[in-house]
Amino acid sequence: MSWLLPYPLLSAVLLVLWLLLNQSMSPGHLMLGSVLAVLASWAMAALRPEKPRIRRPGAALRLLGMVVTDILRSNLAVGQIILRSREPGMNAGFMTIPLDLRDRHGLAVLSIIITSTPGTIWVNYDAAKGTLLLHVLDLVDETVWIRTIKDRYERRLMEIFE
Amino acid sequence: MSAIVIFGWAITSAQIMLGMAMCCATYRLVVGPRAQDRILGLDTLYVNAMLMLVTFGIRTGSSLYFEAALIIGLLGFVATVALAKFLMRGEVIE
Amino acid sequence: MSAAANLPAWAALLTAVLVLVGAAVTLIGSLGLLRLGNFYARVHAPTLGTTAGMASILAGSALCFSLLEARPVVHEILIAVFVTLTTPVTLMLLVRAALYRDRTEGSRDVPAAEAAEELTPRR
Repeated sequence: MSWLLPYPLLSAVLLVLWLLLNQSMSPGHLMLGSVLAVLASWAMAALRPEKPRIRRPGAALRLLGMVVTDILRSNLAVGQIILRSREPGMNAGFMTIPLDLRDRHGLAVLSIIITSTPGTIWVNYDAAKGTLLLHVLDLVDETVWIRTIKDRYERRLMEIFE
Repeated sequence: MSAIVIFGWAITSAQIMLGMAMCCATYRLVVGPRAQDRILGLDTLYVNAMLMLVTFGIRTGSSLYFEAALIIGLLGFVATVALAKFLMRGEVIE
Repeated sequence: MSAAANLPAWAALLTAVLVLVGAAVTLIGSLGLLRLGNFYARVHAPTLGTTAGMASILAGSALCFSLLEARPVVHEILIAVFVTLTTPVTLMLLVRAALYRDRTEGSRDVPAAEAAEELTPRR
């Protein structure tokens, strides 16, 4: 079975994508989408990427919920900075955070979480030292940001991926 | 009847707001001051134009605009990535 | 306004509110492009439009079309997924390109390439 579906999750997502794009559940589209999804996963297997192992799907769902609420809250915070502050962006600055997370997929997810949250941007990750360079819009207290990222995101990502 | 009138006004004012947002992005695109500011303005312009197309779709009730919005979103990504890459490589060659 | 005539009143009002909120959030984000002082602060502004603004407008669109066509229309999720996955990539590349340019020009406002870990926050 594994020769047919080397990446079952990827194939399933591609099939759903195909059905959504065509907005139909007809047998023809189901079959065409399945064939395309299997072919694409074979092409992916030729690249031999590292297979991610998701240990706890429940923890991943909890993380998703937390990220959504955090994005909404920082939307409000950044909106207030832009509208209210007399000289917006005066507190902005770079900061570095030492990371314990080493898994590549975990780091990729962490970069998407940090960058799509308004107010923080992932700039550079130094794989040799394991440090992360961030730019933060509201850098009043550095320890608060370190605690937020390490406790809220990094610990849960390590639970999921390592 | 009144709900329809409110709906029409809400969509119109949302489109005006999105148009103003596109003007802000265009200002950044034209004024700069540096190349990275211009690219950031272009990226914002793409996203705002995509949202504008979605509101046009809601106004007319036609799902044709959805495809255009999807394509603008994807083109914006490719364009911005290419320009950002050029910003790094162009300097190396200089 | 051919679309709204076939909608029930509550759905028309809810769509109107969602679209208005999304457009307002996007406008605030784009105003940030004008108001914020330097490039690195300005990078944060468009993320408002690509998260809450986009989600709100797309939710309004999904609600409107689901009721108009009397079946669940969820293909707006595709736009949401594409934008959520691609925006971080573009912004990261852009910030890195800007950082590289500033470093090659010898700017003092950005952290140097080798001494990044003993960095004090810039105010």
